[in-house]
Amino acid sequence: MAITPPSNRLWWKEPIHAIELGWIVIAFLWGLFMFFFMIAWHFIGEQNLSSETYKIRPERYQEKVEAFADEFAAKDDQGNPIEEDGVPVVRPPAGADVYILARLWEFWPILELKRNESYRIHLSSADWQHGFSLQPTNINISVHPGYEHVITLTPTESGEFGIICNEFCGLGHHTMTGRIRVVD
Amino acid sequence: MTTIDPAAAPDYGVSASYRTCRFTGLRIEANAEILIKVNAVAAVLFLALGGLMGLLVALTRWPAIQLLDAEWFYLILTGHGANVLLFWIIFFEIAVLYFASAVILGARLATPKIAWLAFILMVVGAVMANYAVLRGDSTVMFTSYPPMMASQWFYLSLIIFAVGALLAVFVFFGTLVVAKSENTYDGSVPLVTFGAITAAIIAVFTLASGAIILIPTWLWSLGLISNIDSLMYKVVWWGMGHSSQQINVSAHVAIWYAIGAMVVGAKPLSEKVSRTAFLMYILFLQLASAHHILAEPGMSSTWKIVNTSYMMYLAVMGSMIHGLTVPGSIEAAQRRNGFTRGAFEWLTKAPWGNPAFSGMFLSLVMFGFIGGISGVVLGTEQLNVLMHNTIYVPGHFHGTVVAGTTLAFMAMTYLVVPLIFQRDIVWPGLAKWQPFLFGIGAGGISLFMMGAGTLGVSRRHWDLALTDAAHAFEYPAAAYLMMALNGIFAVIAAVGGILFILIVVLSILGGTRLDRAGARLNFPLHDRSREVAEYGSHGTLKLPGTIILVGIFFACFVLYYFVNWKYLSELWLFR
Ligand code: HEM
Ligand SMILES: [Cu+2]
Ligand SMILES: [Cu+2]
Repeated sequence: MAITPPSNRLWWKEPIHAIELGWIVIAFLWGLFMFFFMIAWHFIGEQNLSSETYKIRPERYQEKVEAFADEFAAKDDQGNPIEEDGVPVVRPPAGADVYILARLWEFWPILELKRNESYRIHLSSADWQHGFSLQPTNINISVHPGYEHVITLTPTESGEFGIICNEFCGLGHHTMTGRIRVVD
Repeated sequence: MTTIDPAAAPDYGVSASYRTCRFTGLRIEANAEILIKVNAVAAVLFLALGGLMGLLVALTRWPAIQLLDAEWFYLILTGHGANVLLFWIIFFEIAVLYFASAVILGARLATPKIAWLAFILMVVGAVMANYAVLRGDSTVMFTSYPPMMASQWFYLSLIIFAVGALLAVFVFFGTLVVAKSENTYDGSVPLVTFGAITAAIIAVFTLASGAIILIPTWLWSLGLISNIDSLMYKVVWWGMGHSSQQINVSAHVAIWYAIGAMVVGAKPLSEKVSRTAFLMYILFLQLASAHHILAEPGMSSTWKIVNTSYMMYLAVMGSMIHGLTVPGSIEAAQRRNGFTRGAFEWLTKAPWGNPAFSGMFLSLVMFGFIGGISGVVLGTEQLNVLMHNTIYVPGHFHGTVVAGTTLAFMAMTYLVVPLIFQRDIVWPGLAKWQPFLFGIGAGGISLFMMGAGTLGVSRRHWDLALTDAAHAFEYPAAAYLMMALNGIFAVIAAVGGILFILIVVLSILGGTRLDRAGARLNFPLHDRSREVAEYGSHGTLKLPGTIILVGIFFACFVLYYFVNWKYLSELWLFR
């Protein structure tokens, strides 16, 4: 029994049950398959999280985001900046470097992107850790202060998308959201 | 087979006092007995506290109720994580370690004074942590990711608790040495003890990682260190956080084997396979902390793949092997017990009315199907992006650590109370149902949190409606439904949990005394006089029921794995 010493002192010489052996082989092959599938997805798949990351001081990152927002601020017909919920809307050109600042408690600024165009999205935090959760698409990425993470993102649907913070970041955590609009 | 014959035991000349258990024939030493008792009681008390907090959290996340306000919600959630994941589980594990060494080997507990010191340190740490959390200045979640800072008492309490636990693990190792040198057993250690040794070795690694990260963090909270790197913290913290889950797995798998042995007389199909599977946990888990870091910046894909695949999923393979050998050994035993009709008579006629057995089997099934499969999916490099930090994550680990570990520990308690406390289980009619209530509740919260997470609902989040958010966003109606169902199943789990606490406490205080001649158990153990087989698979070459069960498991696993790749392939493109 499992609570008594093996009755056969030479237990390691006992035969292995055929069922056990079969299952071990299946489990091993399945493990190998899953291992190679992760590697394969880097070649056949189009959803692989980039690991391009730079160290940066949070203040410096904040300056970069503000410069970006100034440069590509969306303007209406009269040339006035467009705002939503008091936050500027930014309309970067396709292929541009796009900056998102996570801070207590918002993702800043609002982005307007074009469908099927690629952007180099930079993500970092001004203060604590935050979670970039793009909804309803369901892409979830951690955001750290001091680390600038660059992801090349191509929206494939148009519409309004929410960014919800999904890393606990203090009492206002549940108020921390952002917005991305994708136009055709 | 060799059993320990108390009459033939050598005279140790040590002033240890023993009694012989009239139900199992095990020799139980007085110090081991009292230390198992105090650790088990502390465990159950922290489960009561932490479980109550879990209910409050779930009722707050039920959008129609939203019981607590935001500040209390985050505070109670921090307390819930610490009390159940750390204190309930680890106190119980220490009791299991003492049981698997001293009781199963029939030895005396090494250095009982140090075992008491360990216990006191753990109690001080656990109480201090609750004090720090309830003060309100340590609402940082049990993971306490910097740069968010808790009060110094919070970090200090965890360090004290960890030091206590580490001492207890060394008492366990000491007891093994004592048993060996005093020749209290014959041949190799039993499989259950072997499983406990695995758990203890992992525990040393885990507690060391904990110290490496928590000590500097504590100094930082005192202002002695200016900065803790948030990414480095996560990597090292999960060296503790993940490996400690592997302690739980080793411990509850050992318990599955122990209950199978005591209740239906199961023997491992082959000692070699089961032991190798335990060994795989030690060899291949150290780097698995990586699967908590998949959505972080700065880690290379190669590092992620090598580490998440646990060197080609060899630790997962260990669990899959136990997933076959545990039900297989039960099937073999039940067939020997005479239940040979069809593929499943062994299962349908199993002692389902015995909460130790039903709890153990439900734990086995739910750990595999819910916790195991979702864990592998969540730990796949690319798939992680789909659910990282959504409430899918708590869904997954309530499948492992609640439906799996907690339920197995509850099942074991139904044996510990009669055998160690020598009191019979009260309310046998209700006790019979308790594992089902708790199991269905725990399975339900796991599945519905996973469902809500698939719809993008964030974890550790007070307000699904995002009422005061910077920019409005609406989750789909199905997400609200999932969180309401989660609340309902949380209530079921809580009822099962309260019933467990009541049964255990009342049994200990007022259950029929079993230390008298002629006493009988409400839930009898397997009659050992019927042992005939040499080893588990001896004479029973066919295990059709187990083959069907693992076949279904494997089909679900493969299907669910590919469903998630399909879902991933429909996301926006990113590289
Ligand atoms: C009545 C039983 C229980 C209920 C109803 C329950 C419910 C919940 C809920 C709803 C959450 C919150 C998810 C979120 O908002 O992020 C949660 C978190 C958690 N639960 Fe439980 N739970 C129960 C028992 C347990 C047990 C027994 C354990 C451990 C053995 C456990 C471990 C955890 C942990 C570690 C967290 C994460 C805390 C965090 O995110 O910091 N729970 N639980
Ligand atoms: Cu945030
Ligand atoms: Cu947050």
